[in-house]
Amino acid sequence: MRRFILIAVPYLWLVALFLVPFLIVLKISLSDIALSIPPYTPQLDWTAGWAGFKDFLGQLDFENFTFLTQDPLYWRAYVSSLQIALISTVLTLLVGYPIAYAMAQAPDEWRPTLLLLVILPFWTSFLIRVYSWIGILSNEGFLNQFLLWTGVISTPLTILNTNTAVYIGIVYTYLPFMILPIYSALEKMDGSLLEAAEDLGCSRLSAFWLVTIPLSKAGIIAGCFLVFIPALGEFVIPSLLGGSDTLMIGKVLWEEFFSNRDWPVASAVAVILLLILVVPIVLFQRNEQKQREMDQ
Amino acid sequence: MAQTVFAPWDDPQAKPLIQFKNVTKRFGDFTAIENLTQDIYEREFFSLLGPSGCGKTTLMRMLAGFENVTEGQILIAGQDMAHVPPNKRAVNMMFQSYALFPHLSVWENIAFGLKREGKPKDEIAARVEEMLRLTRLVKFAKRKPHQISGGQRQRVALARSLAKAPKLLLLDEPLGALDKKLRQDTQFELMDIQEKTGTTFVIVTHDQEEAMTVSSRVAVMDEGRIIQVATPAQIYEAPNSVYVADFIGDVNIINGVATKAEDGYLITWAEGQAPFMAKTPNLFADGQTCHLAIRPEKVAISAERPADAVNAVEGQIIDIAYLGNISTYHVKLVNGQMIKAQAANTRRLSRRTFTWEDRVWLSWTDTAAVMLER
Amino acid sequence: MRRFSWFNATSLTVGFAFLYLPMLILIIYSFNESRLVTVWAGFSTQWYGSLLQNQSFLDAAWVTIQVAIASSTIATVLGTMAAYVLVRGGRFMGRTVFSGMVYAPLVMPEVITGLSLLLLFIGIGLDRGIFTVVLAHTTFSMCFVSVVVSSRLVSFDKSLEEAALDLGCSPFDAFRLVTLPIIAPAVISGWLLAFTLSLDDLVIASFTAGPSATTLPIRIFSAVRMGVSPEINALSTIMIAIVTVGVVTASIVSKRSSLAQQRDEQAAARAT
Repeated sequence: MRRFILIAVPYLWLVALFLVPFLIVLKISLSDIALSIPPYTPQLDWTAGWAGFKDFLGQLDFENFTFLTQDPLYWRAYVSSLQIALISTVLTLLVGYPIAYAMAQAPDEWRPTLLLLVILPFWTSFLIRVYSWIGILSNEGFLNQFLLWTGVISTPLTILNTNTAVYIGIVYTYLPFMILPIYSALEKMDGSLLEAAEDLGCSRLSAFWLVTIPLSKAGIIAGCFLVFIPALGEFVIPSLLGGSDTLMIGKVLWEEFFSNRDWPVASAVAVILLLILVVPIVLFQRNEQKQREMDQ
Repeated sequence: MAQTVFAPWDDPQAKPLIQFKNVTKRFGDFTAIENLTQDIYEREFFSLLGPSGCGKTTLMRMLAGFENVTEGQILIAGQDMAHVPPNKRAVNMMFQSYALFPHLSVWENIAFGLKREGKPKDEIAARVEEMLRLTRLVKFAKRKPHQISGGQRQRVALARSLAKAPKLLLLDEPLGALDKKLRQDTQFELMDIQEKTGTTFVIVTHDQEEAMTVSSRVAVMDEGRIIQVATPAQIYEAPNSVYVADFIGDVNIINGVATKAEDGYLITWAEGQAPFMAKTPNLFADGQTCHLAIRPEKVAISAERPADAVNAVEGQIIDIAYLGNISTYHVKLVNGQMIKAQAANTRRLSRRTFTWEDRVWLSWTDTAAVMLER
Repeated sequence: MRRFSWFNATSLTVGFAFLYLPMLILIIYSFNESRLVTVWAGFSTQWYGSLLQNQSFLDAAWVTIQVAIASSTIATVLGTMAAYVLVRGGRFMGRTVFSGMVYAPLVMPEVITGLSLLLLFIGIGLDRGIFTVVLAHTTFSMCFVSVVVSSRLVSFDKSLEEAALDLGCSPFDAFRLVTLPIIAPAVISGWLLAFTLSLDDLVIASFTAGPSATTLPIRIFSAVRMGVSPEINALSTIMIAIVTVGVVTASIVSKRSSLAQQRDEQAAARAT
């Protein structure tokens, strides 16, 4: 009996507040007729677990979605989200890898402190960290002041409210997610492997390329997914740092819902976003699984 | 007054404490225990011995109640244990990892089971003190498990599992985590405590030496079956199969064909060689394949053929393993078979008679070798 | 120092400068006299004063703290249960769905979680307010708690629970007396994580809060959209200070206790 309660309480909570809401989104996004009659009140079957879910799957109709993806605005928003997420992931990797590498090479007694320094921003408010860049990147901001003072430029650069600012924001806020998995992969690495490689005739650079990089591959992959997946649905960064022409799907969804009050379109946008996310999420899970198996 | 030997298994009147009746345990497709029937008696120190994966731990976990029986029955003191959960069994277990509660002191660990019974406080305290004295842990009562040594932890685990005075104590590799020296001391301590408390001990181990030292009976297991159950001496002197002979101690196995002779059997083992002579209570048909098992210490080594030897064979020394008190000679016979012979090193090294490449004679009596069917 | 070259030193310096400079600037300029946030005009704490008099910020902070405490506490209970079910629950009907539901919110974009919960609340006619935000925050943060707790449970020696059962505990007592005290540090960090996530959350709260319950992130977001303001700098500084003190203290405490444990173990090893 106790076991039943133990399972049932969190189970039902998640069904009621995760699965059912999601099914509602799915339903609203699928049925055109329901558009005209919000609040659409289908009988919510609270007890329906798997069977109910299957039912919904059976009713899936992709026609509405094809239409949505052909609409130039949304189509562009998805493409540009993917592009921004991809570019910022690569940038984060380029910034994060040297830091993770240096941390793994640092003397043992430094490492806990360095690790703490990477984790600390993670506990700090995301909103504040994004906000801190507004003052830096604006036309009269610190970066422009600095560049003007050094004489590198003569007129202020426009960075805030462009995609560049969005890249910087994503790299900055998600950097810990990239550093941590790479660091933990590199830290596990046996230092004598590099010595062995050099002993066998590798130069330092080729030892790094042939030994270090392949051994930290799992960490790199994990880090990239940990940045790419949330960046794709990001809302705060494009809306604070991006401009009006920065199209990201999270922002489009938000505006569709709050400004245009168009629930069905917002729902459909959400469903497509999820479908796009399925591929990286599945790949990420596989990578994790493989990693766990290798650790055993 | 003659002291009676402790052997309830030979007494048809004795009632067993534990009865396995045709017990089978399957995990999915894998059969861990296959149709096993075995009795264990009160006050026994019963060892389950076997390689890892032979089912010995599963057998013990079924006694403790952590695994259900797929088919068959387990009876403890005549009661079917099928639906009795572990916390309702008068059985306690000492875990391989000791499983000491890290957040509780030694005293609280030992008192843990007693408190669950809802006994009065002073009774619990008295019992814990008694257990602390028994296991010589009085000084460490207030320490946490991580503040004591491995050997002390082992004794806490023992004290905790004995505190409730169980009818049956299960010990899963109780000495596995200790180093060799400590293990030998602890073996005797375990036997001593078992004798003092009169508890029935069932112990799981893969260490044959340990099983031989402590047990009243040893069950040698392989692939979910018990191959042989006997006293340590019987297991060593009269193994019932090549598997048991090979598992316990060092042994030479010579394959051959049996022929009945007047006073035993002649075993033809190589063409053109005189057959060996062996005595056995078992019956072999003429022409039946058999295996001769001979312990190395029962093989004598000499430069000349001993005049009165029943079995003697010539060979060449290939290797000598010097072990201090004894040496093991690896001798190659004409057909290529290697035979190990042990000799005590009563003389100094420089005056040893045999060396590499020497041709020597090996000999043994007709009762030294055990004839085995399989 | 092995292989700690100038290259490594540079990447650490530049990397950490990148991570910390923006926040440092924020903190410094929260003490700026001038309202113009990019021009230094002398030291002043006036913005802290005006922040403390700004009733709308204080109200929002109070709402946020209530929501965070309530949701992280419920999430810790539910998340610990979920973790226990996933690690120790064995097989049961719909286990795959369950583990899917526990892990999915971790990767679900916040906009989708927020939208779907809002549609649910409207669908069942629940008035939006503090209560709905608590429900929403509990739902996603219980999944984070469950991940933290289950990673501890996986490495938990199962024989400890079996020993408790063996010594006469009911399964529930075994959990209460043995498992829970031992995994307590993971449960506490799960609570802290849930608390922080709730404090931080803007998107889900925006969807589920409704006009009656404005949380601090919602309030900050609407202020920040107007651009940089010294009050927000002051507020950020306070929040950064609290987090820093909290995280550094926690890491020192855990470092100390692990050092003490190590010392004890070494002493015990020497004693034999």
